[in-house]
Amino acid sequence: MRTGGDISARIVAFAQALRRAGLVIGTDQVLDALQAVALVGVARREDVRQALFSVFVRRQSEAALFDQLFRLFWQGRPAVPEELAALLPRSPVPPAPPPGMARALEALRPEHPRTEVAEADEEVELVLTYSADEVLRHKDFAQMTAEEEAAVRAFLRTLRWPLPPRRTRRWQSGARHGRPDLRRTLRRALRHQGEVLRLAMRLPRYKPRPLVVLCDISGSMERYSRLLLHFLHAITGGLRRVESFVFGTRLTRITRQLRLRDVDVALAEVGRTVQDWSGGTRIGEALRTFNYRWLRRVLPASGVVLVISDGLDRGDPELLAREMARLSRSCYRLIWLNPLLRYEHYRPLTRGMRAALPYIDHFLPVHNLASLEQLGQLLASLERRRPGTVVAE
Amino acid sequence: MSDGKFPESIEAVQQVLAAHDYVAERGLATTIFLALRMRRPLFLEGEPGVGKTEVAKVLARMLQVPLIRLQCYEGLDVHTAVYEWNYARQLLEIRLAEASGQVDRNRLLAEIFSPDFLIARPLLQAVQQSRDGQASVLLIDELDRSDEEFEAFLLELLSDFQISIPELGTVRAEVPPVVVITSNRTREIHDALKRRCLYYWVEYPSFEKELAIVRRRVPGLAERLARQVVAFVQALRQEDLYKPPGVAETLDWAEALLALDRSELDAAAVSETLGALLKYRDDVELVQRPEVQARLLETARARGA
Repeated sequence: MRTGGDISARIVAFAQALRRAGLVIGTDQVLDALQAVALVGVARREDVRQALFSVFVRRQSEAALFDQLFRLFWQGRPAVPEELAALLPRSPVPPAPPPGMARALEALRPEHPRTEVAEADEEVELVLTYSADEVLRHKDFAQMTAEEEAAVRAFLRTLRWPLPPRRTRRWQSGARHGRPDLRRTLRRALRHQGEVLRLAMRLPRYKPRPLVVLCDISGSMERYSRLLLHFLHAITGGLRRVESFVFGTRLTRITRQLRLRDVDVALAEVGRTVQDWSGGTRIGEALRTFNYRWLRRVLPASGVVLVISDGLDRGDPELLAREMARLSRSCYRLIWLNPLLRYEHYRPLTRGMRAALPYIDHFLPVHNLASLEQLGQLLASLERRRPGTVVAE
Repeated sequence: MSDGKFPESIEAVQQVLAAHDYVAERGLATTIFLALRMRRPLFLEGEPGVGKTEVAKVLARMLQVPLIRLQCYEGLDVHTAVYEWNYARQLLEIRLAEASGQVDRNRLLAEIFSPDFLIARPLLQAVQQSRDGQASVLLIDELDRSDEEFEAFLLELLSDFQISIPELGTVRAEVPPVVVITSNRTREIHDALKRRCLYYWVEYPSFEKELAIVRRRVPGLAERLARQVVAFVQALRQEDLYKPPGVAETLDWAEALLALDRSELDAAAVSETLGALLKYRDDVELVQRPEVQARLLETARARGA
């Protein structure tokens, strides 16, 4: 077993390469790695790999990167900077936007109930002009004028999002009523020669419920996307446990991006991460992906789910109904925000919306600040028991 | 316990694990070997039912030391994880002392805060055990279920294995216990904790490995059926399931088929026993579809032959 300076230097260089590739590695871990390799010996490549893996890797998602770098590094030839550079996580090249006409056609799909199209005249027109102007489209997501948007953003920052509290299994002592707190009772009694003068009490502690937001960013939602993302950023900053996802034809988790403090930096990151801006919508599939991949990781049964979508879905309504049912069973409250609710005569007649409706606890509009305030009030006042399902006429 | 009791090499670890009916690939054996020699906690992550908890049990048997298990849950706090005074008994003792006319307050205090009145929870037990020259295996199971507050406490404990009890003084582990932490990854564990540990991701086993596990754990099962069972489960994991079956489910299923005295896997046998394998209605429905079932059975029979 030889672990001379040669291999040590190599391990240190390897650690540096991993660092450059984005893994968080401290000096203590490099020392651990040296020790680990000394213990397993260098006779077998696989053992060295495993030793380094167990020290440097902390989650399975880092495994692929580790393996690639390991292969480059320990094949007897020095890693070329270009090769390393190729491994660095890069933001994907922004995909070419789907042609504007496709979006326009989607908005006019025959599936849309007649009434809705009629009522949405103004919207259709706007979308058409918008898509004709690709330059404008790349420039910004926003629809409002600069002053209007700045005002809304400032307002969003001031809004508080009080989620309903959930009883935890931890206790808060020092209450006047509740359950007896023997620990404190005894401590107090000791001050009086062991005489119990008064029972100390404790109450369960409460915590805000976790929140999961699933936001539609497909073509038909485009006019809202940007401000909704501002809303998501505001709500992420104000609450501790918020998980955010966006979807069009696929689901993307944007929680980490939204954690960035500066809203512009955060949204720029989101813009780079998300691949399916303003495309079609497959809500059912997006929900399925969420249910299968993420639900158990990010949504405890005590959580509140917000789905933000106009319900104009191209996918299979049966799939949507099934996944809505699962989502609804797995959370505390399922709230659907639909910008189309701004029309007084809106009826959820699209196939998608009809399929989803039976599983929604609260169905609210989301098209102006007033509707966001309404949401805030609802969140603050979610009653203890599930209300009856909203029934569409 | 000295290093002498730990296996000398990776091969030795693999052999001892095998002797205790645990089939481990070399990667896991390597990480276990390192965890023992470097005295680092072993951090095992993976889907439920891939045998993470089993590793700790086997380690305890292998080292012939007690296994101390801390099952994590939300709200787990120091009083349920480390120690708690038996307050009811203490209050009673004070009453008794009064009734018998004992008035020496200091003596009384010393009495009721003696180890007799202390309830040692798993973490204190592990540290105490390791004080008597004999280490223990401490299993911290499903850490992802606990909350961040507990994680922070654990971080502190894992760095020096000492617990201070104000009334009694500090309890320190002479030999740090062998620590195994498992997580089903329902949430991300904090990096600070992970960096103290050696990480291993437990995969679903390969066909050969799973077959070896079934042979060992369900010895009564006919070889042909065992192969079919494993091939079926392996194919099933490729399907789009809400909850793919773990090794534990494979073993349950094998037991079920054995109990029903089946000698061959067919549609009837699968339908009768599917509940041992799949625990969600959607998944059961998917597999009950004739075309899916036929495909899976065909794969199973082909590999089972």
